[in-house]
Amino acid sequence: MGQAVTADHQSQPGSRLPRECAPFLDFVQTLRRHGFSVAPDQTVSFLAAVALLGPKSMEHIRRAAIATLAPPIDRQAAFDALFRAVFFGKGRVAAMRNEDEEETVVKDGGGAEAAAEPLLEQEKSGAHASATERLSTRAFDDTENASGALQRHLPDALPRRRTFRHLRTRSKGMVDLRRSFRDIVQADGDLAAPRLRRRKEIARRLLLMIDISGSMREQTDGLLALAHAAVQAAPGTEIFTIGTRLSRITTALRTRDRTLALERAAASVDDWDGGTRIGPALKAFLAVPRFVALARGSLVVLASDGLERGDHADFESAMRRLAALAHRLSLATPLAGDPRFRPETAALASILPWLDDLVDGSSDDALARFILSLGQPAPKAAILWKEKAHAAGH
Amino acid sequence: MGGEAASDVLSSPEAVAERFGHCRYIADEPLATAVFLAIRLGKPLLLEGVPGAGKTEAAKAVAEILGRDLIRLQCYEGIDAQHALYEWNYQRQLLAIRQAKKAETDIYEDRFLIERPLLRSLRNPAQTVLLVDEIDRSDHEFEALLLEYLSDFQISIPERGTVRAGEPPIVILTSNRTRELAEALRRRCVYHWIAYPDLARETAIILARAADVAEKTAAAVARAVSTIRSRPLAKPPGISEAVEWANAATVLEKTGSPWPEAFRRAIGVLLKDEEDLAYMQEELPRILEESLTWGRP
Repeated sequence: MGQAVTADHQSQPGSRLPRECAPFLDFVQTLRRHGFSVAPDQTVSFLAAVALLGPKSMEHIRRAAIATLAPPIDRQAAFDALFRAVFFGKGRVAAMRNEDEEETVVKDGGGAEAAAEPLLEQEKSGAHASATERLSTRAFDDTENASGALQRHLPDALPRRRTFRHLRTRSKGMVDLRRSFRDIVQADGDLAAPRLRRRKEIARRLLLMIDISGSMREQTDGLLALAHAAVQAAPGTEIFTIGTRLSRITTALRTRDRTLALERAAASVDDWDGGTRIGPALKAFLAVPRFVALARGSLVVLASDGLERGDHADFESAMRRLAALAHRLSLATPLAGDPRFRPETAALASILPWLDDLVDGSSDDALARFILSLGQPAPKAAILWKEKAHAAGH
Repeated sequence: MGGEAASDVLSSPEAVAERFGHCRYIADEPLATAVFLAIRLGKPLLLEGVPGAGKTEAAKAVAEILGRDLIRLQCYEGIDAQHALYEWNYQRQLLAIRQAKKAETDIYEDRFLIERPLLRSLRNPAQTVLLVDEIDRSDHEFEALLLEYLSDFQISIPERGTVRAGEPPIVILTSNRTRELAEALRRRCVYHWIAYPDLARETAIILARAADVAEKTAAAVARAVSTIRSRPLAKPPGISEAVEWANAATVLEKTGSPWPEAFRRAIGVLLKDEEDLAYMQEELPRILEESLTWGRP
C-alpha cells in the first residue's frame, strides 16, 4: 500500500517534494483514511520536526509525529499501530481495517443545518453486524403522558450557561464602561446615567441517547414521546438511538405533529428491539466530530439499562470521554426503579465514577421529572451509590 | 521563530532534558523532545495529562532553563477578553478629559491601557514564556479568542490596531482534559501527554525536590504511590503529593516514628479525599510493607 502511494507522489507533475518525504506523506494519508484529522500545516510541522530531530532513529520520527500531529490520547494505540504499519510494514493496517468493519453503523438523519452532509456510514451494509443484531420496524403509541409536562416546563428548567456576548440592560448588570464613557465624552464630560450590560445566558443543550435494544422494549414508547416533547420545547435538543447501531433522529422529531414525528423516527431507525452494543455505539458517536461537538458542554442523558454484553472496556472508555465532554452525564436506567437495585454489574461499576447521576428511568414520568430537575446540582453518582451501599451494610 | 536565541541554548532534546535536570525538573525524553520541537518550530506547546503530573511545573522549568520571565494566565469558567487581553483605564481617561478641558487629548495612549497577560507577553521587550494554565476550564469562546494569538502572536485592539510581538513568546498551554479542546486549537500546537512517571523517574523527582529524603525512602514512596495510583481513587495522588509525603514521613521518622508508622501517620499529605482514605485504609499497611521491603532477600 505504502509503495503504491509513493509511486503516486513521484508521478505528480510539478511535484518538488524530495523522494524522502514520501513515507511521511504516506503516513499522514493513512492517518486521514483512519479517521485522524490532520491539517496541511500539521504535515509541514511534522516534516520540519523530523528534520530537526535528525532523525537519528525511528523513535525520533514517532515522537515528531505525536508532537505535531497531536493524536488524542484515547487513540494513541491506533496511531502507533498505523505508524508501525507504514514505517515497519508489519501489516497492521489490514488488521485494523477488519476492526473497523466491526464498528457500529452511524445513521445521521441530518437536518436543516446538516442537509449538505452525506449520510455517515462506516460500513456499507449490515453484513458484518454482530450475531445479536436484529433489524426491525416499530409503530409507536402516541398517547399523552409525561411529555406534556416536560414540554411545558423544559425551557425554564434547563440549566443555563453564560455566553461571551453581552446584552444591554436597564438594571441588574455591570456598568458598560465603553458605552457609558462614550456618552460622557459626547456630553462634553458631563456625567450621564451609567449604561449597564450583562452576559447573555442560554440554556445548555440536552442530549438524550435512547437505548432501543430488546431489553428496553417496554420503555421505548414513552422515551420516544419524551424525546419528541424535548425537541419541541428546546430546539437545541439532540436525540440519538443506540442499539446495535447509532441513529440520529432529531430531524424526524422536529416535526410538530407527534404521530407523524414518531412515524418518521420509526422509519429512520433499523435496529428497534435488537441486541445491545452500547459501548461500540457510543464509540461510534465519539468518532464523528460533529456529534462530539454536540456533546460538548451539554447535559447528556443516557436512557439505558446499561446491560452491556461481553467486554465493557469500550463502554467504560466511551463514558469516560463523554464525562469529559459533557457538562453533566447521567444514566437513567429502568433497573433503578427497584429499591434493591445496586450498580454491581461489571459494566455499571466501571462507568459509575464517570456518572454525575444514576437515576430511575423505569417510567417516562420518572425520567421527565429527572430532566426537569437538571437545573439542580448533580450529586455525583459514585458517591451517591457508595452511600447507599454503605447504608445497606454492603 | 519562537526562540532564535533559545535555539542556541537548546540544541537537542538531550540538551533540554539536561537543562531541566539543572533546575530540578526531571523530564523524560518525550517531554524534552516536545519542548525542543515547540521552541524550535515556534509553536505553542500543549501539555495534557492527569492532574498532578507536573504540567505547570514543566512550564515553570522551561522559563527557568531559558532565563525568561514567566507570565501566567490562569483560566477559569467565564474568563473573557478583559481578563486575558487588555482593558482601558476608564477613570484615568475621564480624568484626562477633565484636565484637558477644551484641548484635544488622545485617550487611547499607552498610559490608559491596562495590559493583561496575553498583551503583556507580546509587548514585553524581551521574549517571555506565557503559561495558559488549565485551558480546559475556560469556555469554548475563549479558545476561539486565543486562536489569533496562537497562530500569529498578535492581538487586534480596535482603537489601536494590531499588536505584534517583537519576539514571539514561548507559549505553553496546559489541560487536565476535563473537556475536549477544539481541533483548531490542538492543530496549532505541539502536543504532549504527560503521564505519571515510572518508578525510577519518580524516585529521581522525589530526590531532587524533597529536602532531606534518603534514596531508599524516595524509592519506597515511589513504589507505594505507584500502587496506590493503580486503585480506583477519586483523587489519585500527584507527583507533588508524593514529594510532600516523602518529606512529611522523613520528618516524622526523625522525630521518633518508626518507618511504616511514619508513612501511615503522614498519609493525609498524600490522600486528600475522605473516601479514598477509607478505601485505602485496609490495604495501606501491606502496600507500605511491600514498598519498604522491596528488593530485600
